Amino acid sequence: MDVVLNDQDLIRIERCLNRMLATSGAHCALLIDRSGQLIASSGDPSTLDVVALSALTAANFGATAEIARLLGEEEFSLLFHKGKNENVHFSKIGDEFIMVVLFDDRTTLGLVRLRTEKVVKELQEIFEGIGAEAKSERE
Amino acid sequence: MAFINFSAGEIQCKIVYYGPGLGGKTTNLKYIYDRTSEKVRGQMISIDTKGDRTLFFDFLPLDLGTIRDFKIRVQLYTVPGQVHYEATRKLVLRGVDGVVFVADSMRIQREKNVESLQNLEENLREKGLDIRTIPLVLQYNKRDLEGTNIPILSIEEMERDLNSFLKVPAFPASALKGEGVFETLREISKRVVKDVARKVLIKMR
Repeated sequence: MDVVLNDQDLIRIERCLNRMLATSGAHCALLIDRSGQLIASSGDPSTLDVVALSALTAANFGATAEIARLLGEEEFSLLFHKGKNENVHFSKIGDEFIMVVLFDDRTTLGLVRLRTEKVVKELQEIFEGIGAEAKSERE
Repeated sequence: MAFINFSAGEIQCKIVYYGPGLGGKTTNLKYIYDRTSEKVRGQMISIDTKGDRTLFFDFLPLDLGTIRDFKIRVQLYTVPGQVHYEATRKLVLRGVDGVVFVADSMRIQREKNVESLQNLEENLREKGLDIRTIPLVLQYNKRDLEGTNIPILSIEEMERDLNSFLKVPAFPASALKGEGVFETLREISKRVVKDVARKVLIKMR
């Protein structure tokens, strides 16, 4: 299935990501698909190679899915990497998308997780809507 | 799975270089990286082991210009060719829009080429894709070995082994010297963009 986004879809997605940043204190949020393509971003990704980050994130998710399977899980729904200054939080949105949130010590993992949960639900609804629309158009 | 962004006027597609181990998939990407300007290419990422074998994948994003006001961005990936990295290959194939199959011209690799092509067919099928309909181009790599004492397959033999049913464009190449690399890339890009554009036009109607 190809992902086709119009202006309105994108505005809604970006609004979700912006709100995520405003309420969590994170400094950058990306929405990518599971094949590694960047779909939308919010915050300041200018110093970052977001295209490469998207490809690596998708791969990372796929690789850890194999770990999940070894443990008898289907897939992990979130991943977290902690660095000295920068931290990354990944969350699965439906089967096809991933939200990446970058944050530093100006906020906490707890707050980021709390805000992420809400936004993930909203994004899931948006994509379900887009998927349903595409399906009805095909029919 | 191509991503079409009407808002930014952008189409992103994923092209995967597939083929047996040590066939020159990474060398193709390296040559493209070396010969394109910084304006059109992004950073190339390779996750490989010490012995230069691809462990996970190589990744290279490229801008291909505009078609009908749409910016075309492709992302080139390679898969690890070795048999036991099957899970990784499946992972990289996720959301693929087009495939370059890099076959090794060395006679000793004859069976490996056929096996790898069969493996591609199976893995595509698992993703609901058909090797006969997905944009696909073959590349017969290492033609520079012609005339050396390493026995190589003739183009006719390779066509018979790999392309008798598919009947897709095939390019003799030497990824090391750069021969045929851009011809292959041009053809697969053309096919992928055409395929994606067709889908977009259907949706726009």
